[in-house]
Amino acid sequence: MFRKGLMLLLAVCLAISGAHAKKEPYKVGAVFAITGPASWLGEPERNTVQMIAEQVNKEGGINGHPLELIIEDTAGDETRTVNAVNKLINKDKVLAIVGPSRSGTTLAVVPIVERAKVPLISCAAAEAIVSPPEKRRWVFKTPQKDSDAVIRIYEHMKERGITRIAILTGTTGFGAQGRKQLKKYASKFGIEIVADETYGPRDTDMTPQLTRIKASGARAVVNWSIVPAQSIVPKNMRQLGMTIPLYQSHGFGNIKYVKAAGEAAEGVIFPCGRLLIAEQLPDDHPQKKVLMEYKRAYERKFKEPVSTFGGHAYDAFWLVINALKEVGPDRAKIRDYIEHVKGFVGTGGIFNFSPKDHNGLTKDAFAILTVRKGRFTLLED
Amino acid sequence: MSTSVLLQLLFSGITVGSIYALTALGFNLIYNATGIINFAQGEFVMLGGMTAAWLAGAGFPLWVSFVLSVALVAALGASFERLCIHPLRSPQILSLIMITIAGSILFRGAAMFLWGKQTVYLKAFSGERPVKFLGAALHPQTLWVLGTALVITICLHLFLCYTLLGKAMRACASNRTAARLTGIPVDRIVLLSFTLSAGIGAAGGVVVTPITLMDYQQGTLFGLKGFSAAILGGLGNPNGAFAAGLMIGALESLSAGLVSSHYKDAVALVALLAVLCFRPEGIWGTTTRR
Repeated sequence: MFRKGLMLLLAVCLAISGAHAKKEPYKVGAVFAITGPASWLGEPERNTVQMIAEQVNKEGGINGHPLELIIEDTAGDETRTVNAVNKLINKDKVLAIVGPSRSGTTLAVVPIVERAKVPLISCAAAEAIVSPPEKRRWVFKTPQKDSDAVIRIYEHMKERGITRIAILTGTTGFGAQGRKQLKKYASKFGIEIVADETYGPRDTDMTPQLTRIKASGARAVVNWSIVPAQSIVPKNMRQLGMTIPLYQSHGFGNIKYVKAAGEAAEGVIFPCGRLLIAEQLPDDHPQKKVLMEYKRAYERKFKEPVSTFGGHAYDAFWLVINALKEVGPDRAKIRDYIEHVKGFVGTGGIFNFSPKDHNGLTKDAFAILTVRKGRFTLLED
Repeated sequence: MSTSVLLQLLFSGITVGSIYALTALGFNLIYNATGIINFAQGEFVMLGGMTAAWLAGAGFPLWVSFVLSVALVAALGASFERLCIHPLRSPQILSLIMITIAGSILFRGAAMFLWGKQTVYLKAFSGERPVKFLGAALHPQTLWVLGTALVITICLHLFLCYTLLGKAMRACASNRTAARLTGIPVDRIVLLSFTLSAGIGAAGGVVVTPITLMDYQQGTLFGLKGFSAAILGGLGNPNGAFAAGLMIGALESLSAGLVSSHYKDAVALVALLAVLCFRPEGIWGTTTRR
């Protein structure tokens, strides 16, 4: 009796696994800074790709093939990212890679994926990731460009007749890149930078820098960083009685920074993707449907507010899934497919890739947002 | 450069400096009782701030959060001593210091798991409206930080110099064996010093959180700067630590405001090194200490 039962169980097991093994799974790798100092980037990214993979598999996979997602943690560290990517390519033999989260870690693995000819879609911002295009054949990225954020800020200043400004930047990679772009584009918009100050990533008080800025006669301040300094600068400005407008980078797109700054955050102006103000978009806005779907699904599942960083992973992963749907498990064909995607509506904007542009977004991907009554509000689309 | 700008820079320096001073005090207390540097001191500051923010977020009034947070962290300091420092049979300075480093990593990790990686914040105790003085603005919370640091320094000074218990504590540091021979319960003194310094650190953490905000990694910075202040002021000298904390803060702020913010930390560090070159025992330290 016992033996019979066992045989039956075995048969059932075989039948089940047989049914599953009918079609080969499609393997996609994901490398994010899930722990470490950039975990606030990596966590929502990891959550997002897991959520999408579950959804795709529940709906029967890609053309009947189950989607197998292999996630590696980089801890935001270059060496670990290199190891993770090597493992994904050589051991797991993935078809494409989503991530990494940070610019530095992405640049570290660019030569590897170029050599191994594996498509990589980065969720990091730096423009060097996709330029020069002839040396970045296999690399794409989904976040908007820093220079476009700068251009949107300068355009907004010009409309308001602001020509003398102060810039305040963190000494992190993101802050340093922002400083470079801010200085590069200022003269094109007839803007003069009358004060140029920096601060360390863990500094807790920027009143010395702001005191200098106050004395410089600037008519607006641009603060560029991703650290909590984004909450401290508005507080310090209020403390010094400074009433000139404060512009911040798209790094300000996290409602917790607004809460931390309290009343001082009111009126801060910054360029950002439209995810955070999806409800405020008109119903006929082309991105509205995608944004609302992602936002609802994410917030229901993880009980935390959606962030633009998770959105970058959302865009990257869907690009890969769409490519797999169209061209099947072939790395070169996936690359070619993504390079010619036009009009892909993502959370970061509407993507139009080309052999010369592996980012596919223009400055229109940014809207200008402000803070009113403790909430993000659309100021100018 | 007008007086109001200079004054403003000085005010900023005092704000940051009093934070450093508060952390430095905790370093001193444990050093005074055990002769070791407690590298988990910055973490006590962080835990104080995080706990208070968490309690305040749970709906407790501010002062209750303050008191509870200090009590909780002090209890944690006590249990840290009982569980990790005390069981060592023949404690060597180096191994004790290693334990405190391990403790700091543990506390940081625990805080990350408990409260996540996000920055937390606390309402300012008496509003956000800056106090104006000769054209310079001072955040009212700065007065709280400065006041807390001042009160704690004075109390510590009185405690260490004029009470039996305080004198016993100093005796433990200068010679453990001799202290035990005269009947001082060294064990309990060490326990007390950890409890007190954890509590002091936590109090500091609570009062600075409205200014600096707090996250699980912030303790490292406080620890580092507080340690610099403790060294500069002369280890074991609370008054010196207080003054040195303010000095480092003022130096940072003045160099950021007058020279360039790009070199802010460098200027403060070079000044620290220069002082230590000529007076390795710190400005107000005494050479007779071991």
